[in-house]
Amino acid sequence: MTVQRYDVLDKEPFRWSNFLLRWEFILALLLIAVMIMGTVISPYFLDIWTLSDATFNFSEKAIIALPMALLILTREIDLSVAATISLASLAMGLCAGLGFGPWPLAGIGLIVGLACGIFNGVLVTKIGLPSIVVTIGTMSLFRGLAQVVLGDQAVTTYPPGFSTVGQGYIIKWPPVAWSFAIFLLLAAVFAVVLHKTAMGRKLFAIGNNPTAARFSGIAVDRMKLALFALTGLMAGLAAVLLTSRIGSTRSNIALGWELDIITMVILGGVSIAGGVGSIGGVVLAVLVIGLATLAMSLVNVPGIVISVAMGALLIVSIAAPIVIRKLIQRTSSS
Amino acid sequence: MNILKSREFALAAIVASLIIAVGLRAPVFLTGSSLYGMLVDTCFLFMLALAQMAIILTRGIDLSLASNLALTGMVSALFAAAFPAVPMLFVLLLAIAVGAALGLFNGLLIANLNIPPIVVTLGTLAVYRGLIFVIAGGAWLTSDDMSKAFVDFPKLDILGISILLWFAIIVTAAFAFFLNYTGTGRSLYAIGGNPVAARFCGINIPKHLLMVYALAGAVSGLCGALWVSRYGIAYVDIANGFELTIIAACVIGGVSIAGGIGTVSGALLGALFLGVVVNALPVINVSPFWQMAISGAVILAAVIVNARSEKHAEKLILPEARRAAAGGKS
Repeated sequence: MTVQRYDVLDKEPFRWSNFLLRWEFILALLLIAVMIMGTVISPYFLDIWTLSDATFNFSEKAIIALPMALLILTREIDLSVAATISLASLAMGLCAGLGFGPWPLAGIGLIVGLACGIFNGVLVTKIGLPSIVVTIGTMSLFRGLAQVVLGDQAVTTYPPGFSTVGQGYIIKWPPVAWSFAIFLLLAAVFAVVLHKTAMGRKLFAIGNNPTAARFSGIAVDRMKLALFALTGLMAGLAAVLLTSRIGSTRSNIALGWELDIITMVILGGVSIAGGVGSIGGVVLAVLVIGLATLAMSLVNVPGIVISVAMGALLIVSIAAPIVIRKLIQRTSSS
Repeated sequence: MNILKSREFALAAIVASLIIAVGLRAPVFLTGSSLYGMLVDTCFLFMLALAQMAIILTRGIDLSLASNLALTGMVSALFAAAFPAVPMLFVLLLAIAVGAALGLFNGLLIANLNIPPIVVTLGTLAVYRGLIFVIAGGAWLTSDDMSKAFVDFPKLDILGISILLWFAIIVTAAFAFFLNYTGTGRSLYAIGGNPVAARFCGINIPKHLLMVYALAGAVSGLCGALWVSRYGIAYVDIANGFELTIIAACVIGGVSIAGGIGTVSGALLGALFLGVVVNALPVINVSPFWQMAISGAVILAAVIVNARSEKHAEKLILPEARRAAAGGKS
């Protein structure tokens, strides 16, 4: 008789209770609540042009949130993404001055972003430094370099045609902005890779236990390096879109974005402890934050108060389930 | 002589040589009044770096310290403006209490609900700063709005030394005593060094975490009142981004972000280093725009140097196993 040491479970059967307690479901409810609230407080909210206009304000951040979700999933973080944008935007600005066309400019933005990401990744994986410290350092370094070159000046001359990708629509009706379309496309790719491929499963394995993952033959450091490079590349892409949209480069461009992006990821249900998260959650969180910001700004709530609301949303949405679980445990044990 | 001591010694030597190097370019930098002015300018960073270090020792982090400072600064400025007759000591106590309460709120979420510190303080970073706008209605408070006693306070000298420096000295002495000679202080090292072992030693981790976040908040509160009275202005953006400078000071000072490693002298030297850079650049005619890039490069250099002395056992497992296997065969 063989002794079975491990029970390999089948896929869990579908249960409504599991479905209803899923983070994505809660986020979807939150999104519906935001939509209803927005419609109630402002007659302009539920208008196709308003909504499509609002996507301009969060698509660039959302594009970076996707690789950031993968990084946080694997227990790393990148605080230097906004500084990477400033450096990439600076490079584009300088090259625009040299007479580069729109396409080469975009290429330069992507390359600089990729280089910044690889720099972070090498420091983290090859030298073995904690990513939070490395990226606090490179955050100062990258933006500092932009500051050294630009000072308090701005680059405002970009070639004609460069503004298309940041300001234009890929489809005229219903109006879909280039940046939002790029975000949706990337989100689909990220979702498939993370949730449907072996590579995605490996990322979860790394996040759950990097040591065990390494021992089971996963090239942990190489994958992390690739993720940092990818995050840098996406920051470069966001820099292209942002620079194209606002048509100018200052050293304080995208200042503070890293915190907004990390808020999107964490609200999306990606655990900072690693190993838990989904792209669907991040996309929903992006929409919740984007539409809540739109609704509040439509009724003239000042930007700083909106950021209070976002901070509170982050804390409450994470604390509430824990408090509720604790209360349930207390009542059931007594 | 142990490694830790030599690391601080090396850092002190670097800071000293930096000061001398700047002095060679611009001798005015080496005058007593210039160095003294630099110390006074760096007071806030000294105090806040120590507060942040106490938290980082427990494997935590507080991104909301600068927002806390700005909020309590605004609260104390509003209070001092509304009640000009109230003595400054009372205003400071109020600021410390408000700061401690804000820190305690972080602590409650972190210790009692087990939410990661970076998540909690990322949220309160935004909330505390935004509250400044809410309580002041978006207004700026300048020294004209504040009471004379409030504005004059930081100009006080005791024994020829600025009151701000005295506060830094007292806070430093308190932290040095607390972290080195009290059971609670040593427990912070134990929690960061190995939380599981600390738990088995009977250390009440949630209680200590609550305490350390409240303590850091209290220091922020004190700094908030002093900051606003010194610079004579309170508005939404004061000390914006300073939270990262504080962490940078700790990292340069050899405080390990992985917890359990860090000394008072290290944190002070890290803060002093940044203070020297900030104050030296204008003296040697380098654009202040270099400041950020330099501190970024220094942070990276510091963390690379420090990483050599604290290699992670986990990372060593594979190469060692491989080496052992290779050794066994031959």
